[in-house]
Amino acid sequence: MDIKILLKDIPDYHKIEVYRQHGGYETIRKALQKSPDEIIDEVKKSGLRGRGGACFPTGLKWSFMPKDKNIPKFLCINGDESEPGSFKDRQIFEFNPHQLIEGILITAYAIGAQTCYIYIRGEYVKWIRLMQKALDDAYAAGFIGEKMKETFGTEFFTNIYIHRGAGAYICGEESALMNSIEGKRGYPRVKPPFPAQYGLWGYPTTINNVETIANVPAIIENGAEWFANIGEPKHPGTLLFGVSGHVNKPGVYELPTGTLLTDIIYKYAGGVPGNKKIKCIIPGGTSMPPIRGDQIEGLKMDAESLKQVGSAIGTGGIIVMDEDTDLVKVLARITKFYWHESCGQCTPCREGTGWMLKILNRILEGKGTSKDLDLLIDVANNIEGHTICALGDAAAWPVKFMIERFRDEFEAKVNRAIKIDIPNKVHSMRRTQIPLKEIQINRD
Amino acid sequence: MKLESTVEVQFSEQELQTIENLKTRYLKPDSVILEVLYLLQEKYGYITREGMKYAADLLGITEEHVLGVVTFYSMFNTQPVGKYHLQVCTNVSCMLKGAYSLLKKIESELNIKKGETTPDGLFTISEVECLGSCGTAPVIQINEDYYEDLNEEKVTQIIKELKNR
Ligand SMILES: Cc1cc2nc3c(=O)[nH]c(=O)nc-3n(C[C@H](O)[C@H](O)[C@H](O)COP(=O)(O)O)c2cc1C
Ligand code: SF4
Ligand code: FES
Repeated sequence: MDIKILLKDIPDYHKIEVYRQHGGYETIRKALQKSPDEIIDEVKKSGLRGRGGACFPTGLKWSFMPKDKNIPKFLCINGDESEPGSFKDRQIFEFNPHQLIEGILITAYAIGAQTCYIYIRGEYVKWIRLMQKALDDAYAAGFIGEKMKETFGTEFFTNIYIHRGAGAYICGEESALMNSIEGKRGYPRVKPPFPAQYGLWGYPTTINNVETIANVPAIIENGAEWFANIGEPKHPGTLLFGVSGHVNKPGVYELPTGTLLTDIIYKYAGGVPGNKKIKCIIPGGTSMPPIRGDQIEGLKMDAESLKQVGSAIGTGGIIVMDEDTDLVKVLARITKFYWHESCGQCTPCREGTGWMLKILNRILEGKGTSKDLDLLIDVANNIEGHTICALGDAAAWPVKFMIERFRDEFEAKVNRAIKIDIPNKVHSMRRTQIPLKEIQINRD
Repeated sequence: MKLESTVEVQFSEQELQTIENLKTRYLKPDSVILEVLYLLQEKYGYITREGMKYAADLLGITEEHVLGVVTFYSMFNTQPVGKYHLQVCTNVSCMLKGAYSLLKKIESELNIKKGETTPDGLFTISEVECLGSCGTAPVIQINEDYYEDLNEEKVTQIIKELKNR
């Protein structure tokens, strides 16, 4: 099935005139004829689940918003896109911004939001500009803001603004994102209360990923059933799979959920350079548990299938590592990232990421022991589930599962006999250089 | 390049107007703090103590609040940086494609280490986290722009061009 919902093969689709020629901004017109509840029901029935990492059912999330018309309500579109291995939302900013805008309009109508913010990571200067251009064009055409009343002949209108971040992975976490918009440090909030009750400035707020919302116009246009029949029934639709690492044709591929991982790697991404074997795969951004290359045969890429193999679909960012990859180095680099990005509010996350990094660096220096591996898992277990936000789990999982699933490789690294390279010159008395506890002898 | 502490921080009428306009988008004015800081950085090269005080007065918030925000986000510099800020991504996808040897190459080309600025004030090298460009790894961001699909030759060429600019 060659279906494209988000990245269509239409030249210049990012331009408002081309988007309109293909029926763009007609779906919002139709949506405004329905009641907000009808829209929410349609999205519920479609089975759409969030593309920001947690796969939460979108329609259900919208239904948590209070119906009260007399209080401010907000919609935040999450374009922070800082999860290593993820580079998909930027494709929408560049190649299909108007479908995102139309999706935002429909969503805002469904939940009753008068103001919408698109939060985009600050490094994306180019994509912020591209998105701003699209917003300017849509404002000028009367599709956003007060002019909507005139254009569509309804009472409802909403404004859409870009809010740019300034370099902080944690601001992609939904409550940190709201604090960032409020002009505070991007600290995640303790939940409950959830954003639908207590969001931006304490008012009801919905946060959705860019890709999630870009799907909405297609669902309203073609109907819930159409969408529900694409890909895997429990996680329908297409996904923007970002493939990177050791593949011949890295890039973003829009494919139905349930596409075989091996097809994505070999058919679309051109296989592994030098026909090497795959050692390890991170299936959905670095926060998701890595899986072994010898266990990907027949594995489908959707939320449920990945759960069954002890991982998760995350953002669909697939990182491929060939047989020559040093996994200790990879894990140390991943851990360095979480250590750097931890906001520091919770002790297990702040201290634990630092400890794990220290231990991994020790192993990299050739000074690790088998006990260090157990210690790493122990520290990871003490972070997991004991923190305010999911960054803690995201830091713990790679460590826990990488070591569990590739224990052989890690053992090999720590059991190498210590290199004793004292120059063989007896010209003077030398101080002993190797601490006793570091000298390990294999007894078997 | 280096900002003397006597240099007065002051936005132009037009800049102040831009900030005022941005404030109307939010329920509270504090929300524009990142934009104020971006503007300070653009105008003065980096964010000074004076700049933070100015931002605090402008938004009616404390200096501590501003300092807290400045230090939270990696894109704000509290030290001067070179005219060209080479931000090398070394996260996993880039690392698998040779980001660390690229970083070494850049360091040896410019004869400085990451975190340092060349004596002529032209270049600063930083190691950064994933830039959201993993499909075209390895990637570096120079000031605002992304340079993708790099290798050692390309990066040498880019540095040469920047030097001659
Ligand atoms: C540390 C951390 C970083 C996150 N970064 C992002 C991000 O960059 N983009 C995103 O859409 N969601 C991110 N999320 C998930 C959001 O908290 C939230 O679940 C998501 O935006 C909801 O949108 P969805 O329901 O449409 O998926 C992050 C979560 C955590 C814990
Ligand atoms: S888990 Fe880490 S990132 Fe999340 S709130 Fe706690 S310290 Fe901050
Ligand atoms: S890892 Fe370098 S851009 Fe993502």
